Amino acid sequence: MSVAVPASDSAVSKGTSYNFDASPVAIDIKNLSLVFQTADAPVTALSNIDLTIKRGEFVSFIGPSGCGKTTLLRVIADLERPTDGKISVNGVTPEQARLKRAYGYVFQAPALYAWRNVARNVMLPLEIMGLSAAERGKRAEQYLAMVGLTGFERKYPWQLSGGMQQRVSIARALAFEPELLLMDEPFGALDEITRDHLNEQLLRLWEQTGKTIIFVTHSISEAVFLSNRIVVMSPRPGKILQIIDNKLPAGRDLDARETPAFLEVAHRVRLALRAGHSYDD
Amino acid sequence: MPSRAGALWQRVFPVTVIVIVALIAWYGLAIWLNAPQILDRYARDNQTASFNQLAQDSWAMERPVLPAPHQIAVEFYQTVFATPIDSRRSLVYHASVTISATLLGFIFGSLLGIALAIGIVHLRVLDRSLMPWVIASQTIPILAIAPMIVVVLGNIGLDGVLPKAIISMYLCFFPVTIGMVKGLRSPDPLQLDLMRTYSASQAQMFSKLRWPSATDFLFASLKVAIATSLVGAIVGELPTGAQAGLGARLLSGSYYGQTVQIWSALVMAALVGVVLVFVVELIERAVRKQRGGT
Repeated sequence: MSVAVPASDSAVSKGTSYNFDASPVAIDIKNLSLVFQTADAPVTALSNIDLTIKRGEFVSFIGPSGCGKTTLLRVIADLERPTDGKISVNGVTPEQARLKRAYGYVFQAPALYAWRNVARNVMLPLEIMGLSAAERGKRAEQYLAMVGLTGFERKYPWQLSGGMQQRVSIARALAFEPELLLMDEPFGALDEITRDHLNEQLLRLWEQTGKTIIFVTHSISEAVFLSNRIVVMSPRPGKILQIIDNKLPAGRDLDARETPAFLEVAHRVRLALRAGHSYDD
Repeated sequence: MPSRAGALWQRVFPVTVIVIVALIAWYGLAIWLNAPQILDRYARDNQTASFNQLAQDSWAMERPVLPAPHQIAVEFYQTVFATPIDSRRSLVYHASVTISATLLGFIFGSLLGIALAIGIVHLRVLDRSLMPWVIASQTIPILAIAPMIVVVLGNIGLDGVLPKAIISMYLCFFPVTIGMVKGLRSPDPLQLDLMRTYSASQAQMFSKLRWPSATDFLFASLKVAIATSLVGAIVGELPTGAQAGLGARLLSGSYYGQTVQIWSALVMAALVGVVLVFVVELIERAVRKQRGGT
């Protein structure tokens, strides 16, 4: 991560664990439920969710398939509407936050536009937001460098590997510099080496920029490595089982994943998942 | 370079075989169809002839039922290359009249087709109300309404290329509408969600996602449309007693039993069709290349 962004958040300092007690609230969810009306029977995707996320936090949602973690992220992004309960994003409704372009969203699939080259894919949100051509070029260059894709600006998506495509989509989400990043299993389809590398880059980015990041995953070690809090969810109906504070010190590197402290947190996450009987059926 | 020559031969050989088989069948068919008239003449003249003589005579009639390929070729050469192109006997002149109506109708039809598709994709009301009419419009036989269109437009002072272009337009907007409705709806939910997260306006959603997504569909429909448009222009020339155009050429040929003239006009129409579709193809290739070869 070779980007010169000043460490802006005092909550992150190397060697001590993260503390966001004094930070303002970014996302506040109270008693939120979402029921999908399907042809045969209504499906409760989310049930009585209560969650508060402070500005600058890195929160992971973890749980088995169908536990509603993606749906919850989509509710925050105003891509789904809750059927009950309250939610605010930066103090306003998700829709108002979306209209203010408050967040960048990284989907499970890269969702690049095949007719645009890499640089122009990254510039897509910048065009929509009306930035000048010079600024768009500068941002594309900067954020492609950040994800290690300098020199690929003129390639088209079909010329890139899956991992490179996903890195383009991350650069695209970062390029308009949102305060809030919503990431839906962004590394799920990647090989482990690429995934490790991007995990480390993402952690550095977070520590340097103080962005609020909400990260959906089903990898325990990814969740423990990246986040300061881990929200464990279970399916049918989708609900929060437990919220685990991760007191591991800041400035983690990949080797931290072999320390007893790391394994202890991972173990707690695993126990919580098991408590949900999520693997019984 | 033997392999390259071999590859070329592999491409050319099947085509050559088909052409030769078709020509042989054509010459055979010409004998079979023209022989009755020739045999009548022999009977009148009390003449007996060998099969060779019969074949040669049936390939050299002035007004054969089915002219032989070389007769068409000669007529085609005469009227295309050996006649001044501004002459009424020049096939180039007639083709150019038809092409101008075709292109005008194609442009009108494509614009109408695209406009209808945009309306149908964006407004639910139009989707329900317009689509049945669009489909119904194509069930009306164009030959039946072409003369009425010409007469009506003639009454309000429109003649020349315009009535024909309108008939072309009427025929060719349909594939464009159908193709573009499909194309403008082709972006997947993820791509649409992405635009939503940027809170993009409808116009941005259209120009940055729907329209570029529809490009493949657009060119597929345009190829159908330009061929249909040519048919429309020729049909538009038939019932009007038009003085010029390939349709007029076909009509006058059939009045006077000039089958050779009819066939050479048909050959010209086929060539024009091939060239027009090829031009659309070339534009498509250029656009694809500009979009990174996808």
